[in-house]
Amino acid sequence: MTEQIEFRIRRQDGPETAPYWQAFRVPWRPGHNVVSALMVLRENPETASGERVQPVAWEFNCMEEVCGACSMMVNGVPRQGCAALIDDLEQPIVLEPLAKFPVVRDLMVDRAAIFGTLQRVKAWIEIDGAWSVHQGAPRISPQEWLENYHYSQCMSCGCCLAACPQYGPGNDFVGPNALAQVRLMNAHPTGRYNRTERLHAIMAEGGLSDCGNAQNCVRVCPKEIPLTTAIGELGREVTLQLARDLFGKS
Amino acid sequence: MRRVIVIGGGLGGLWATLRIAEAGFRVALFSLFEVKRSHSVCAQGGINASLDTKGQRDSIWQHFVDTIKGGSYLANQPPVKSMCDEAPGLIQTFERMGVTFSRTPEGIMDLRLFGGVRNKRTVFAGASTGQQLLYGVDEQVRRLEAAGEVEKREWWEFLSIVRDDQGVCRGIVAMDLKRMEVKAFPADVVVLATGGLGQIYAPKTTNSTNSTGAAASRVFQQGALFANGEFFQFHPTAMLGDDKTRLMSEAARGEGGRIWVPKDPSDQRPPNDIPERERFYFLEEWYPTYGNTAARDVASRAIWKAVRDMGMGVGGEDKVYLDLTHLDPKFVELRLGAILRIYRKFHGSDPVTEPMEIFPAAHYAMGGLWVDYEKNEESGGLSCGSTRNHATTVPGLYACGECDYGYHGANRLGANSLLSASFSGRAAGEAVVSYLKGLEPGSDSVPLSRAFEGEVQRQQAINRSLMVSRGGENAYALHRELGELMTDRVGVVRDNRQLDQAFGELKALEERAERIDLGEASGWANQTLSYARQVRDMIQLAQVVARGAQERDECRGAHYKPEFELEIPQGKFPGDPEFEVYRQAWKENNRKWLKSTIARYTPDGPEVRFETVDTTILPPEQPRDYR
Ligand SMILES: Cc1cc2nc3c(=O)[nH]c(=O)nc-3n(C[C@H](O)[C@H](O)[C@H](O)COP(=O)(O)OP(=O)(O)OC[C@H]3O[C@@H](n4cnc5c(N)ncnc54)[C@H](O)[C@@H]3O)c2cc1C
Ligand code: SF4
Ligand code: SF4
Ligand code: FES
Repeated sequence: MTEQIEFRIRRQDGPETAPYWQAFRVPWRPGHNVVSALMVLRENPETASGERVQPVAWEFNCMEEVCGACSMMVNGVPRQGCAALIDDLEQPIVLEPLAKFPVVRDLMVDRAAIFGTLQRVKAWIEIDGAWSVHQGAPRISPQEWLENYHYSQCMSCGCCLAACPQYGPGNDFVGPNALAQVRLMNAHPTGRYNRTERLHAIMAEGGLSDCGNAQNCVRVCPKEIPLTTAIGELGREVTLQLARDLFGKS
Repeated sequence: MRRVIVIGGGLGGLWATLRIAEAGFRVALFSLFEVKRSHSVCAQGGINASLDTKGQRDSIWQHFVDTIKGGSYLANQPPVKSMCDEAPGLIQTFERMGVTFSRTPEGIMDLRLFGGVRNKRTVFAGASTGQQLLYGVDEQVRRLEAAGEVEKREWWEFLSIVRDDQGVCRGIVAMDLKRMEVKAFPADVVVLATGGLGQIYAPKTTNSTNSTGAAASRVFQQGALFANGEFFQFHPTAMLGDDKTRLMSEAARGEGGRIWVPKDPSDQRPPNDIPERERFYFLEEWYPTYGNTAARDVASRAIWKAVRDMGMGVGGEDKVYLDLTHLDPKFVELRLGAILRIYRKFHGSDPVTEPMEIFPAAHYAMGGLWVDYEKNEESGGLSCGSTRNHATTVPGLYACGECDYGYHGANRLGANSLLSASFSGRAAGEAVVSYLKGLEPGSDSVPLSRAFEGEVQRQQAINRSLMVSRGGENAYALHRELGELMTDRVGVVRDNRQLDQAFGELKALEERAERIDLGEASGWANQTLSYARQVRDMIQLAQVVARGAQERDECRGAHYKPEFELEIPQGKFPGDPEFEVYRQAWKENNRKWLKSTIARYTPDGPEVRFETVDTTILPPEQPRDYR
C-alpha cells in the first residue's frame, strides 16, 4: 500500500452555514505541497471513510508563493498552502480557512477588506498620468532601495492579519501590511509629497495606535517583511507629524 | 455615458485600464480574482529597455534588431519598432509609479544581461520584477478606483462577447464566481487582456492557473482570428512538480551549471554517487562551443532528444540533472540566491549539495488573438492612437498582453514580454480612447436587449447542462490528458505523423468533454463548473496550436520540425560559399514560410491561412545565428 497523507479539513458550504470537519487521505508523492495535494483530492473527493463529497474549494494561482492567493491556516499557522511542503508538516494536516476573514466556501475567504484598507491609507504614488514625462523618478541609493524592496514585496496575502491580535471584524485597525505600505510610499522621493495625508490616515481611529506590538505579524509573513520595524519608524513619523499639526505646518 | 470593459488585470489589462480611465472614460475591470494575484507577478528576471547606461553604446535600434531576429522575422515590424522606441519612457513611468527597480551605486536603475543579446538592457527589481511592475500599475488603478473612475469586478469570469446585427461587439456576458450567476454587461468597447495559455500543457508549464487561454478561445469561437498559435516557447530548465513546473532561471546555466544524465539510464544511485566518467554531459558534447549556455530552444531540444528519443532520462523519467554542486557554494549563494531559495522551498533539497532535477516546460505563447495596427509611414512605427492598433477582427473588441500575437514573431527574447504586455496595454488603451471618441453619439442607446438575453440564455444553458450531466468524464482528468498529449505531440519537437495523431486525439477529447460529470451540484462558488468550461475551451485552443504546427512545414524560432531543418554549415560564416548557399536556401524558405498563420474557427476544427508579414524596416537578410 502506498503511503498516505492525512488531512483534516474544516469545511463550510457557504458564508451563512455552519462549519464541519472532514478527514481525507491523499497518496503520498515526493514533492507534494498542500496545494498540489488538494489538486489531487479535488479530482476524486472522497473522505477517509469512503464517502463521496463535494470537492474542497480553495484559491490558488501562481503556485510559487508570489500571488498570495492560497493563504490558509495550516496546522494552525497562517501561511501559503503552495509553499507548505507535506514532508515538513505534522500529520494529520489540519487545514482551516484563513482566520479573521469571512468564509466564502471551505478554505476560500473574502479578503476585499485588505484592498479597501489600501485605499484608505492611499497606498500609491501620485503621478500626473501614465504617460512619459521624459524623465524618471529622482535617484534612490542602493541602501534605501534595499529597505524599500522589503516592503514592496507584500502580496496582500493576509497572513499577518490572521495572526495579529488587534485585527479583526468588529474593529477597524488597518493592520500591519497597510502600515508597511505607508512606510514604503512615504519613503519614495515623490511619494513623500503626500506623506501628510497618509500619516493622517493612520493617525485616525483604527490607525497606528491600535497596534499592541505583539510581533505576531512579522513571525508569519511569508515574505519576511520587517513589519514591526515599519511600525516603529511610523511611530516616530507620527510624533513629528503631531508636532507639525500643532504648529500649523504641513 | 460611454461604457468600457477591460477583461484581465495583469500588466496588459491594468495598463489599458489606466490609459482609458485617465482619458475620462469609466472602466469596468473584470478579473477571475483580485487583480493583484494575476500571473504577471511570476516574472522574475526583468524587462527590456535600451537605456544605454552601461557604456556599451546600446541603442534602440539594436533592441529592435535583436527582437526581430530573435523572432525569426515573423513579427510585423511597425509595432515592434514602437515598442522598442517607447520602452525607456515606459520604464521611467514605472519608476515614477514607485516601482523598486534595483539600483547602481549612483542610485539610477541598474541593468543586467539577458539571454540572446550582447548588451545589458534588462531593468530588474530584485528577483521579482513582474510582481513589482504589476504592483506599480495596480496601485495606480486603485488610485483611480478610489476616485470612482474604475469599477472592479473581481471574481467574475468572462464567458462571451455579445455582437449586434452588424457583428460589432456591444458588451459581454460574465459569470459571478461566487453566486454562479450569469449576467450581461453592455459596453461600447471591450478589451481582452486575459494572458497566456500555458495551461494547455499542464502540468509541464511555468504558467499560473489563470493562463488557460479560455477567454481568448471563447472570442475565437465567436469569430475573432487567432494568429501564430504554433509558436510556443519552452523553457529548458523548469523544476519538476505535479502541480506545475517552476522556472529555474537561465542564470543557473550562465553561472556554470552543468546539465547531465547518468550514462546508464537504469542507474539507481543518487546523483552524487555517480562518478564523473559515468555521466553524460550531452550539451557539452553536442555543442562544444556553447555547451551548457546554449540558447533556450537549443537546450530544450537537446534535453528532449536525450530523454525522449534516446531514453536517457534519469530513472527513465522526464528528468535530467542541472548541477551546481561543483561550484563554490559562496559564489552560488551570492549569484543564484533567488533560484536556490525557490528550489529549497518547493523541492526541499539544496542545489548547493545536490543536483537539481529539471525538464523543459511550456513557458510563453508567442501566438495569440490577431490584432491590427496602423503604420506611420514616416516613422515606420505605429500611428499612435489609431483605432486600428490592437483591434481584433471583431469591431469593438481589442486585445493586448500575452493574449495577442503582436510582438515576438516566432520566438520571444527574454525580458521582452513584460515589456510587450505593458506597452500593448497602453497602446490598446489609447486606441480604445480614439475609438470611443469616434463613435456616433447615441449609438450606446440602441436597444439590444434581445441579443443580450439570447446570449445569457445560451450561457445559462451550458451551465445547466454541465450541472445535470452524468456522462462520467472528469474535468480534471481531461485537463491532465490534454496536457500530456500536447507535451508529447505538439511540444518541443514536432513531426507530422505525431501531429496528425494529436489532432485526432484532440477531437476525441473534445467529444469526451461533452460528457463531463462535475461531481458537484453546489450553486455557490462551484469551482468545478468554471473549470470544466475552461477545459472545453482549452481543447478548442489546443486544436489551433496543433493545426498551425501541422501546416507549418519548416523550422522557425520555437517551432521545430527536424524533417524540414535547414542547418547552418559548421564552421562557415557570411562570405564563405557554403554559408551563402545556406543563406539562399534560407531566403527561399522565407519566401514560402515567412508568413503569419491565421486561424479561423469552424465547428469541424480551425481553418488556417497565411498572411504576409511587414518586414520593411529590417528585411530578412541575416539568418539568426547564435554561434
Ligand atoms: C515563471 C515566469 C517567468 C516569467 N519571467 C518573465 C521575465 O522575466 N520577463 C518578461 O518579460 N516576461 C516574463 N514572463 C512572461 C510574462 O510574465 C507574461 O507574459 C506577462 O506577465 C503576461 O501578462 P498579461 O497581462 O498578458 O496576463 P496575466 O498577468 O496572465 O493576466 C491575466 C489576467 O486575465 C484575467 N483573466 C483570465 N481569464 C479571464 C476570464 N475568463 N475572465 C476574467 N478574467 C480573466 C486574470 O484574472 C488575470 O487578471 C514570465 C512568465 C512566467 C510564466
Ligand atoms: S505588532 Fe501590531 S500589527 Fe503586528 S501583530 Fe502585533 S498588534 Fe498586530
Ligand atoms: S505583510 Fe506579509 S503577511 Fe502581510 S499581507 Fe503582506 S506579504 Fe502577507
Ligand atoms: S498559489 Fe500563489 S501564493 Fe500560493
